[in-house]
Amino acid sequence: MDTNQPAINDLSISIATENGTGSASANNVLFKAIFKMGVPCSSKNMFPSNIQGLPTWYQIRASAEGYMARKDAIDVMVMFNDATAAKDIYRVRDGGIIVYDDSTPLAANLKRDGVQYFGVPANKLIQKIVPASPLRTKQRNMVYVGVLAALFGIDMETIKAVLQDTFGKKPAVIESNLVCIEAGFNHVTEKGYSQSIARLQSIPNGNKGKIITEGNTACALGAIYGGASVVAWYPITPSSSLAEALEHYMPRLRKKDGKATYAIVQAEDEIAAAGMIAGAGWAGARAMTSTSGPGLSLMNETIGLAYFAEIPCVFFIIQRGGPSTGLPTRTQQADIQLMYYASHGDTRHIILIPHDMKSSFDFARRSFDVAERFQTPVFVMMDLDLGMNLWSSEPLKLDTAPFDRGNVLSAADLEQWEKQGKKFRRYFDYAGDGLTYRTIPGNPSRKAAYFTRGSGHDADARYSEDEKDYKDTLDRLRRKFETARDYVPKPIVDRHEGVKTGLVCFGSSYEAVREARDRLRASGLRINHLLLRALPLTEESRDFLAAHDVVYLVEQNRDAQMASIFKDEWPELAAKIVSVLVYNGLPVSTGEVVQQIKSHQANGRKGIEEWQETKRIASI
Amino acid sequence: MAGDKANRLNLTEKDYEGAASTMCRGCGHDAISASIMRAFFESSIDPRKVVKLSGIGCSSKTPAYFLGQSFGFNAVHGRMSAVATGANLANHTLIPVGVSGDGDTAAIGLGNFCHMMRRNVNITYVVENNGVYGLTKGQFSATADKGSVMKGGKINDIPALDLCELAIILGATYVARSFSGDRKQLAPLVQGAFAHKGSAILDVISPCVTFNNHEGSTKSMKYVKDHLDPIHDIDFIPSYENIEIDYQEGTDHAVTLHDGSRIVLHKLNGDYDPTNRMAALQMIHAAVAEGKFLTGLIYYDPNRVEFAEELNLGDTPLAELGQDMLQPPAEALDRINADFMK
Ligand SMILES: Cc1ncc(C[n+]2csc(CCOP(=O)(O)OP(=O)(O)O)c2C)c(N)n1
Ligand code: SF4
Ligand SMILES: [Mg+2]
Repeated sequence: MDTNQPAINDLSISIATENGTGSASANNVLFKAIFKMGVPCSSKNMFPSNIQGLPTWYQIRASAEGYMARKDAIDVMVMFNDATAAKDIYRVRDGGIIVYDDSTPLAANLKRDGVQYFGVPANKLIQKIVPASPLRTKQRNMVYVGVLAALFGIDMETIKAVLQDTFGKKPAVIESNLVCIEAGFNHVTEKGYSQSIARLQSIPNGNKGKIITEGNTACALGAIYGGASVVAWYPITPSSSLAEALEHYMPRLRKKDGKATYAIVQAEDEIAAAGMIAGAGWAGARAMTSTSGPGLSLMNETIGLAYFAEIPCVFFIIQRGGPSTGLPTRTQQADIQLMYYASHGDTRHIILIPHDMKSSFDFARRSFDVAERFQTPVFVMMDLDLGMNLWSSEPLKLDTAPFDRGNVLSAADLEQWEKQGKKFRRYFDYAGDGLTYRTIPGNPSRKAAYFTRGSGHDADARYSEDEKDYKDTLDRLRRKFETARDYVPKPIVDRHEGVKTGLVCFGSSYEAVREARDRLRASGLRINHLLLRALPLTEESRDFLAAHDVVYLVEQNRDAQMASIFKDEWPELAAKIVSVLVYNGLPVSTGEVVQQIKSHQANGRKGIEEWQETKRIASI
Repeated sequence: MAGDKANRLNLTEKDYEGAASTMCRGCGHDAISASIMRAFFESSIDPRKVVKLSGIGCSSKTPAYFLGQSFGFNAVHGRMSAVATGANLANHTLIPVGVSGDGDTAAIGLGNFCHMMRRNVNITYVVENNGVYGLTKGQFSATADKGSVMKGGKINDIPALDLCELAIILGATYVARSFSGDRKQLAPLVQGAFAHKGSAILDVISPCVTFNNHEGSTKSMKYVKDHLDPIHDIDFIPSYENIEIDYQEGTDHAVTLHDGSRIVLHKLNGDYDPTNRMAALQMIHAAVAEGKFLTGLIYYDPNRVEFAEELNLGDTPLAELGQDMLQPPAEALDRINADFMK
């Protein structure tokens, strides 16, 4: 390839700013403009747990091939935060570009070789073109939008259209942003800046029919379409935006004759939120909460209650960096076991694992069916990357299948049963599959009522400390879990005959792993791929392990939590699993996956351990 | 023990019974269960419309011992208020009765209790208050009075938390204190709570005969009886009874509840208006200073709407809405998709 030819629609930009300075608007305009050109693109927001004044980075990747993972190599660094500049200059690859504010001369320590510098006096420009006001500094970031547009070929018409979409009702805002963008754009032309690393080129209808949204919004919509009617939550990043999306859409979508067909409660804490949804699920509503690590820790006792008393309720867990407060605004998959084994005693829970926007929507909707069918808490496992970053996707599509409300007996059913000489026994396993029948409070039949408790009980829901009753209940709950294997979403498998190396991933790692798989294949490694979409594990995963000599399992935590679940399930196959671990709090990048697999291919387990020990931190 | 007399639903007292109690003989909690049964019977409430909720403790076990035909939910320690809030939102047409202990409510569950009162969730919330943790064998609870002596001789030197005072401050709309042994007062107070839409809290002194009934305890049967200070005698008049009440001008006070029934307070000591919040708080303070157990309807607020109404719920409970009501049309999703394309 001629290195002087710019890459077409293959570009990664990292924008370093201070949070609370209006950079979110500027970044949004830039990202939407590239999307509007029809170029496949994605963005990642690396933001602090703070409201104003701490560093934040926003990465945009344009990928002609449609890969949405974070790219390891940064082509362009917009260095608009003095506090991080000294490091930022090294985050850009050799041969890359640094855009900086040259209102004051560049400090000596911010100069490095092998990159091109483009200065733009953003501070000075806005003093000239934006009338003095406390909001003036917030306009400064719009300048780099214009600079990048001019450097890489985003035309101003597209930008105007985005401003129109974004601020349509506020012409003054459009105008004030536009002058700043134009100032940046014109500065590039006047100075005659040019580069040859990449060009963005419109693709007619390239993103036609595609949407951009975040997983939390997709989950909220899925829950609304799934009939969620009682929501209790407590604010915590990165899950709040899910509940806030519910607060936004519920009044618009779920009113009948002026009355709400939902109740949303901002609870006093996560213990209360969990208690509320347990109470609501028991009383027959489709109930849900959303939280992340610290909240999940607090909810544990109630999750055990719902498990043991067999109450449907749904927990959306948007994972962040732990332990403790950890990194509230960074992403992880480190609460897998906390979900899977939530609460004391012998427990195991069903977990649905979306990996993109469509499955976020679909699984959110479906989670209520699973919870009601199995009369148990169900987790929807998300993380910050999937939940809060913008992802482009096919439109969300409504599956119109009827709700599965599980085994619920109405008064008429009970009457029918009585005629057949069948007695309603709340916790009796009629079919041998562990599933039982329930009645809902308010059922007018005299045969309906039963007493629910988290303490020991027998098949008739009577208090019992009898050892047989206790063991029977534990065994039946395990049978129920076994039954769930046939009901949860199956993995998606991309498998070719004769290939002996496998790759397993789940959740937000999917995009990086998909790209890594393609790169590895292109480099000559024959590799099969399985996307896991739920726990409990199913036969497909077992078959996949059995059919390969080595299976790489990619996850975003230190302790290989998912691998432990695999190994516990199939100890005889445990030796085949090689864990590929990424746990620096950033969304997985493709390179991190490729490099670990390559180092294992070259040097075995030692190679991959070495890679992990040196903890190569991918650039922000 | 149940009589053959039938109520308006043609149910006898037997129809309001539950499983056999496993409380210690003489435990105040059993007497409260009897008053609760009596109140349901007298108010002719259909047990199928009732949900019983509780936390964990001796007291929290008792919902199994009354209204065997009602749904019950014995949750986890301190979480009755949260669970009841959720159940109420799922179906606000049911009549919730919550039973809790002083440990369950005033310690581990205090936060959730406070917020339930703040929200004015519809419930009859009975705290069976014995000043100790019965089920874990007699440790002090947060309602133990300062100076009260534990069975082993330990003296409590932290002031007691007053649940009635707290409930009033937090926004509860029906606040009463009573004594397990005073069924004549307790049963009509419970009936009033059923008729009230909103958070009705009844702090009922209920001696633990096993761990807190000794000399030096301020929650022993004897001590409580010696220090009772009822503010009024109480009659409950259901909405369907069109009785003209014989008011004693100046000494009687009638309170009309949300369903049209009335509580008549025959005053025992001076003029007392339970709708006066400041007066209610003052009276509680005065009684505490004098070491008396003030009992009766201490506070009543007829004006606040219950939480389910605040949330604009319709007549059909959320739990009974089908897919046709719960699933928005596909076209609405198309519009949202279109927004996401911008
Ligand atoms: C989370 C938790 N902590 C502790 C306990 C142990 N426990 C059971 S009952 C109880 C206290 C009950 O006291 P109270 O609510 O006053 O009821 P009483 O037995 O006095 O009626 C405690 C601490 C528990 N069940 N759960
Ligand atoms: S220990 Fe106390 S509270 Fe518990 S049942 Fe016995 S007397 Fe009642
Ligand atoms: Mg107690």
